[in-house]
Amino acid sequence: MARETGWERSRDPVGIWEHRGKVALASRGHAPTDRRWDGVSMDKTLGAYTIIAANAAIEDAGIKPSDIDGIITSPGGQPGGAPIGDTWGPVRPYFAPPYNTEDGLTQVTGEWLARQMGLKNVRYFNSHGDTIWNLIGLAAQCVGDGRCNVALVTYPTGNLEGRYHRNPDTRVRGPAQWSSPWGWGLSGQGFTFEQYCRKYGSNHDRMAPFVVQEHKNGLLWPGSYYAQHEPQPFTTEDYLNGRWIAQNLSIFDCDRPVNTAAAYIVTTAERARDMRHKPVYILDHTESTFQPRSLVQDLDDTEAFCKVQAERSYAGSGLRPKDIDIFLPYDGFAVFTQYFIEAFRWRGVNKGEAHDLYAMDITPQGPNPLNTGGGNMGTGRMRTAFFSDPIEQIQGRAGARQAKKAEIAVTHGVLPGNAATIVMSSTPG
Amino acid sequence: MPRPVPAPDPLSKPFWDACAQGKLMVQKCTMCDRKQFPPEATCRNCGWAFNLTWIPTSGRGTIVGYSVTYDTRINAWVPDQPFNNAVIALEEDPAIKFHSNLPGVKVNEVPVGAKVEVYFLDLEDGIKLPEWKLVHH
Ligand SMILES: [Zn+2]
Repeated sequence: MARETGWERSRDPVGIWEHRGKVALASRGHAPTDRRWDGVSMDKTLGAYTIIAANAAIEDAGIKPSDIDGIITSPGGQPGGAPIGDTWGPVRPYFAPPYNTEDGLTQVTGEWLARQMGLKNVRYFNSHGDTIWNLIGLAAQCVGDGRCNVALVTYPTGNLEGRYHRNPDTRVRGPAQWSSPWGWGLSGQGFTFEQYCRKYGSNHDRMAPFVVQEHKNGLLWPGSYYAQHEPQPFTTEDYLNGRWIAQNLSIFDCDRPVNTAAAYIVTTAERARDMRHKPVYILDHTESTFQPRSLVQDLDDTEAFCKVQAERSYAGSGLRPKDIDIFLPYDGFAVFTQYFIEAFRWRGVNKGEAHDLYAMDITPQGPNPLNTGGGNMGTGRMRTAFFSDPIEQIQGRAGARQAKKAEIAVTHGVLPGNAATIVMSSTPG
Repeated sequence: MPRPVPAPDPLSKPFWDACAQGKLMVQKCTMCDRKQFPPEATCRNCGWAFNLTWIPTSGRGTIVGYSVTYDTRINAWVPDQPFNNAVIALEEDPAIKFHSNLPGVKVNEVPVGAKVEVYFLDLEDGIKLPEWKLVHH
């Protein structure tokens, strides 16, 4: 099946979603989270982990594999399904089936998964999704439209040995001809954040309470890489001593790549009511992409993009800022999270005020539960704390992270220019 | 190690050809009276291609912000770390931006708001790369 377009909800005016409250998230499942795949442990490949996560989500929903009639995935975890890190072949030899291609090692398509798991009743496959926000939105739309009834959404995120995204080119073509000759790259993050701080009188140190709290929350979420492998506390001092990648982007504003997989069951509200946990109703999904006016995405572009997407989300759900109990804005990189908080005016935060919020009580039990699952900073580049945590919150099983009031949760990813928002609720609306 | 060298394509060739003659050009849609950089196949506003022309710029601008890169992904730039990454807004249309490393300006001493003017660095393959220098009064 080719990549699908046209399902995204981005045309203004975005009205109330036609399936509002009629589709639900029923469960979540996770594989173990490792820093990298070692290249030899065949029980820890991305494919093996995706099977573990899928079975866990099926078990968590209390359903049978034969109930699954749709699989929606971004096989490599990135827009277009590209691998997050490097590919395995062809410089390294492939293995015996089912690991004789990239599929199963650095990407896991729905088709591969269905073959390995013997899922015979799948009538809708889509292995061309983007990041997890878009996948949940696509699944919600498909279920609402009746293209499948019990959708398995999988989100594998792989990481092999070594550093990736290295660019060895000495001749640069396409978009890179406008950036690489000047060494422009992650400097874009540092540049926009510097503009923000200069305009609003803030500074990078004021990020510390936010990132430190995310690490605390992540240690309380079992899926987190840190909870599983590096449980020592992350301190304010640690954050302030982070080395610059591109000023004002420090190493501790960057999410650590990990090797893991997560899975979710998205189904009709009606079916979800018969499953093991109470339904997490989806009130809206919206997806927008934006292009900067010129060569760089500056603060004005960024704020304008985020404002449009936030307005679309509120229009689609019919909610207002004060309705959101738990807000889960993306943080990989941590230096752009303030744009999302301000655009959504969560807790009345206006432009230039998000760092003031960071200085307030943002603990899960406090009045401003922000990224209660730890975001990416507190869990690794798995991006699924943004769904598994609010699901657990709304279902009342978030344990030590449980917020006092968890009726409406909104999560927003993945970049200002490639944005999607999902609105979740304990009631159908 | 030298900077990565742009490889012109049909869309970008007019820009690099102009640079080779010491001119900084941007696209302009004559229908929308709108400037566009980097170049695109069509005007992003009206969607038409045949109204797109290339026009010279003043070559003057303002530094609107910067970053300093300490850990680049671009191998060719690693030996020069840390280095300035400034963003220049074009004087006659500040929405149009250019990159600059501000050669000669000390790392992390970028004067935001300062006026700059373009000049061209000789790279391999006959490419001349626009760079920017502070205007001293
Ligand atoms: Zn036009």
